[in-house]
Amino acid sequence: MSAPPALPRAIVARLRTVGAAITGGSETQLVPQTRLSGPMPWVIAIMVLLTAIAAAAGLALGNLASQASADLSGGITVQVVNAAPGARARQANDALAALRESPGVAQVRLVPAAEVDALLEPWLGKRVASANDESVADALPVPALIDVRLAGAADGAAVNRIRARLAKVAPDARVDAQAGWLEPVFAAIGALRWLAAALIALLALTTIAAVLLAARTALDSHRGTIEIVHMLGGTDAQIARVFQRSIAIDAGAGGALGLALAVAVILALARRFDALGSGLAGGAELGWGDWLLLALVPLAGVALATVTARAAVLRALRRML
Amino acid sequence: MTEPEAEIVRFDNVGLRYGTDKEVLTDVSFTLFPGTFYFLTGASGAGKTSLLKLLYLAQRPSRGKISMFGTDAITLPRERLPGFRRRLGVVFQDFRLIPHLSAFDNVALPLRVAGVEEDDLRKPVADMLEWVGLGDRSHARPATLSGGEQQRVAIARAVIGRPDMLVADEPTGNVDPDMAVKLLRLFEALNRLGTTVVVATHDVHLLRKVPDSLIMRLDRGRLSDPTGALRYPPRRAGIPAR
Repeated sequence: MSAPPALPRAIVARLRTVGAAITGGSETQLVPQTRLSGPMPWVIAIMVLLTAIAAAAGLALGNLASQASADLSGGITVQVVNAAPGARARQANDALAALRESPGVAQVRLVPAAEVDALLEPWLGKRVASANDESVADALPVPALIDVRLAGAADGAAVNRIRARLAKVAPDARVDAQAGWLEPVFAAIGALRWLAAALIALLALTTIAAVLLAARTALDSHRGTIEIVHMLGGTDAQIARVFQRSIAIDAGAGGALGLALAVAVILALARRFDALGSGLAGGAELGWGDWLLLALVPLAGVALATVTARAAVLRALRRML
Repeated sequence: MTEPEAEIVRFDNVGLRYGTDKEVLTDVSFTLFPGTFYFLTGASGAGKTSLLKLLYLAQRPSRGKISMFGTDAITLPRERLPGFRRRLGVVFQDFRLIPHLSAFDNVALPLRVAGVEEDDLRKPVADMLEWVGLGDRSHARPATLSGGEQQRVAIARAVIGRPDMLVADEPTGNVDPDMAVKLLRLFEALNRLGTTVVVATHDVHLLRKVPDSLIMRLDRGRLSDPTGALRYPPRRAGIPAR
């Protein structure tokens, strides 16, 4: 049989090198290819599951806050609070006209009585039982509502400008930035996002601790073999690569399982939140980018576990001569 | 600073103690030259294994100076140790075979550690196993081998990489006399190819079987030179005397 030509031989040699780098090559035989410890994939699976859920919660809350903030950032609500329906309607119309002529106002809308009824429906029911079958807004001294959209942000100065403009035409008008009402909600969402980030950090630390323990146990159980490999001229890096490969396989399997469980849990939770039909909860959705980030969680877990195992093994090996 | 390799190993007033115990080796001084065959003798507990540990860089001395291959072995940076160890072949008294590996894989280990390609190591490893009479046991794990067979695998592992220096601790202790002679012939053949051989043994009959060998004797941690050969080693072609 003739020798293969030089170029394919070089390619084959290169492929072998790449293959050996991925599989560990002959180094896999240096120390036993048992896993670092039995429960390791399960520990990683639980860590990835919890991390992915915490990350999903953080991302969903972030989306919710962003969407709500975008919806409300230029929003102002004007309430005309007057018990007399006639005066209330007149002031509301005057305020509407004044707002339409105000600079910086992009959109103005008098909230229809039917919409006000719908807002009050959870507390007061559909209709007030009266002879005229009038709406709640007509029967009760409910304020007239004007929804204002500014071209820019509804900051304090803008609100004060609107307030001053309406003072003459609608003295009973109360002007509030919509974002201001939700300020405590945004603060709570921010706190929850920090909590999610803290949970992720804690889970990462727990993963590191678990991997350190497993690596130490594995080193202790293979100490004799490692000493022999050392005596035969094996380098720390060669031995560390074997352990790294082992933990990477464990973490990969555990990470895949953890992510699959996390996706199932997140989808089930999403269905529950959708069923609430709440406008606010509707903003807590995950986009493609968010799902991509979640898919990176097990990869980050594998990387973290591998780097931790390598550091632990190298540190232990440095104590040997 | 690296010195020329006129001598392969030099011990100067080396002492070794474990923890706070008394010294197991005291004021040990000697020089090993390339291509020479040495026997290290002494009663059990005389310090032979401790001296060998210093030789194969498994232990650092408590005091004194050791130079190996022309380099100070005591201040040698840790990352250079593997390179030095690959120049040594070691036969441990307790064999120290890796239990999860077959006889073939145990013998192939030094070559794999050194990065030899699988295609290039199959034949030499198979030939070596054949030579030590274990050609048909290459797939056997150490637990299924007898003491003598394990010892032969350990020797095959030590010599497969053609080391510059072979250090063997009681290498014939578990084999029958015929195999012991055969193994000594293997060591001699290696020695003729330039490998310095140091064999620790308490078997005085073995010493007579290698006529050109030099003898070092340890007695309660102190080295003696019964034949004077250490102080006045015979001149050899190409090998400078001390």
